[in-house]
Amino acid sequence: MSGLLDAYAKAAGEDTISHLRQLSSTLNGMKVVHVNSTREGGGVAEILYRLVPLQQELGFDARWEVITGGKEFYQCTKGFHNALQGNPVAVPDRLLKEFEKTNRDNAERMKDSLEDADAVFIHDPQPAPLIKYFPNRKGKWIWRCHIDASQPYRPVWNYLRKFVAQYDASVFSLAEFSQSLPHPQYIIPPSIDPLSEKNMDIPDDEINRVAEMFGLDRSRPLVVQVSRFDRFKDPIGVIRAYRLAKKFSPGLQLVLAGGGATDDPEGGAVLKEVQEAAGGDGDAHVLLLPADAHRTINALQRAADIVVQKSIREGFGLTVTEGLWKGKPVVGGNTGGIRIQVIDHHTGFLVNTPEGAAMRIRYLLLNRKKREEMGRKARDYVRRNFLLTRQIREHLTLMAGLHHGSEDRIGMG
Amino acid sequence: MAFAVKDCALAAIATGVRAHNLRELRDKLMTVHPGSIYYHFWGGLLRPVFESREYMNDFADWSRKAHGLHDEALAERLSVIDPTDFEDLEELRQELVEITSVRLEESEKLRLLHADRPFVFIRSQIVIFDTYVTVAHPLQLPMAAPMMTPSSFFFHFVDARRRTKDRMDDFREWLMEYGDEFRPLIDRLASLDPYFIQLTELKEKIAGIFTSYFAGETV
Repeated sequence: MSGLLDAYAKAAGEDTISHLRQLSSTLNGMKVVHVNSTREGGGVAEILYRLVPLQQELGFDARWEVITGGKEFYQCTKGFHNALQGNPVAVPDRLLKEFEKTNRDNAERMKDSLEDADAVFIHDPQPAPLIKYFPNRKGKWIWRCHIDASQPYRPVWNYLRKFVAQYDASVFSLAEFSQSLPHPQYIIPPSIDPLSEKNMDIPDDEINRVAEMFGLDRSRPLVVQVSRFDRFKDPIGVIRAYRLAKKFSPGLQLVLAGGGATDDPEGGAVLKEVQEAAGGDGDAHVLLLPADAHRTINALQRAADIVVQKSIREGFGLTVTEGLWKGKPVVGGNTGGIRIQVIDHHTGFLVNTPEGAAMRIRYLLLNRKKREEMGRKARDYVRRNFLLTRQIREHLTLMAGLHHGSEDRIGMG
Repeated sequence: MAFAVKDCALAAIATGVRAHNLRELRDKLMTVHPGSIYYHFWGGLLRPVFESREYMNDFADWSRKAHGLHDEALAERLSVIDPTDFEDLEELRQELVEITSVRLEESEKLRLLHADRPFVFIRSQIVIFDTYVTVAHPLQLPMAAPMMTPSSFFFHFVDARRRTKDRMDDFREWLMEYGDEFRPLIDRLASLDPYFIQLTELKEKIAGIFTSYFAGETV
């Protein structure tokens, strides 16, 4: 077994790796290419950063390409992101033209890589039109949607649908996000990498150093939300919940930590709003971290007594998985993928309002044993269900399925 | 005569079909892809779940949940369905339609109730592959079982019940080829109910049965 697979076997179990190797052997070293819109920042880049090397270890010719564009391209795709999550955002024709031109230019650049690939995974709306420029494509093309698209703004979805419908299959994180499309829609939740800097075990000394660096007092309770500065993550709601809880737990500290993704032009404006809302409170820390601050985030999540992810829309919420993996109960918004991770009263609590979040934070701060019990269940739940190895297995199953038609039962090997 | 160990992986595929109330559930059950009936009975064993299942199929689970129909009577009736009692998925579908139709006639409340979250029909695609491991004789089972993956146990112990002639698991079918020689082992395997436990636990239980049965015997 290779060093990388050996390391995953320790985290996920020998069974899991054996299963992956057997499933991979039936697919005979296919060429697999993933395309997304950023190399750093955000959950998709984090997944690909590890998923691609692991697929290579399993014998695939796996590659990762990144679409690049200008300011107007990212304005357009941010509009898509908001619209797919339900915001009625009209995207001007000028931006749509730039969107399609950028894809055309990138298609030219990626021609050699994509045309002869056996499987191409296109992640999210940014590179979705690429397929249009590959009429002679050899393999199967799969559109992977990481966004909560359960109630998209219809005009924008109808525009994107004309590209997505050309794919051989699509993948959504939850069945609730699926749409009316003329191809199979696979359901595959994303995952975290237990060996990455963000999720690996780190020494207590390092956690203490990071806490000290940001002026956090480890003898007092700490609530942490890690996510991009995005209104769908409801950072203002988290500050309100913190203030309501602090009345009953005056020593309470809050960290709202996030990095900027290169494909998110709204992040700066939201960060400013959050800084203003938290202003004047020395215990409310708003941290803008660099995209590669993985160990810092790891330490902050481990320093927390409770991890919060009070999103009002969420494709999946990998920061929830990260918190659970570190043995923390998570107070999460009752939406999207958070619902399959936060099992009410077992791995944390689902909440609908800042008031609900405050109530659960107060309860957990009062009940140390409950926090510890939930934390143990949380880590085990992630180990069994939300590690990278499970996601790779499901990708391989999808590839096997697509290459053997639409039958319910496919015999291989 | 050797037992060929196979393994499987299950892909979940959205059908786009949703039911918001009991009437819709009944009506959609009549036409939904048969792979969806399979998935909602067996798929729970291979997808993210927390602890053991309270009800052994998704229809019963949604009927019970507060964000579903919140109807315990329907959940109880659906939960006792043993899918192996039916010749095929179409017969199983008819049973589901019958139970939901009866409950619709009984309960005026359920005729009006709209669930907070719909029942989302998913279908499955199962990929089966060889492990190239064979067990030459039942005496080797205690050594072979711990090496098998949980999904391999799903294939041989759960999925087998819908594809074997007598609706039994592959281990028992194989052991029966030896006549009555392993009858007590066959009976012990027959008494193991796989529907409420997770696959890792199922694997441990079956491996435990093999180990204790053959204790003291050597290959």
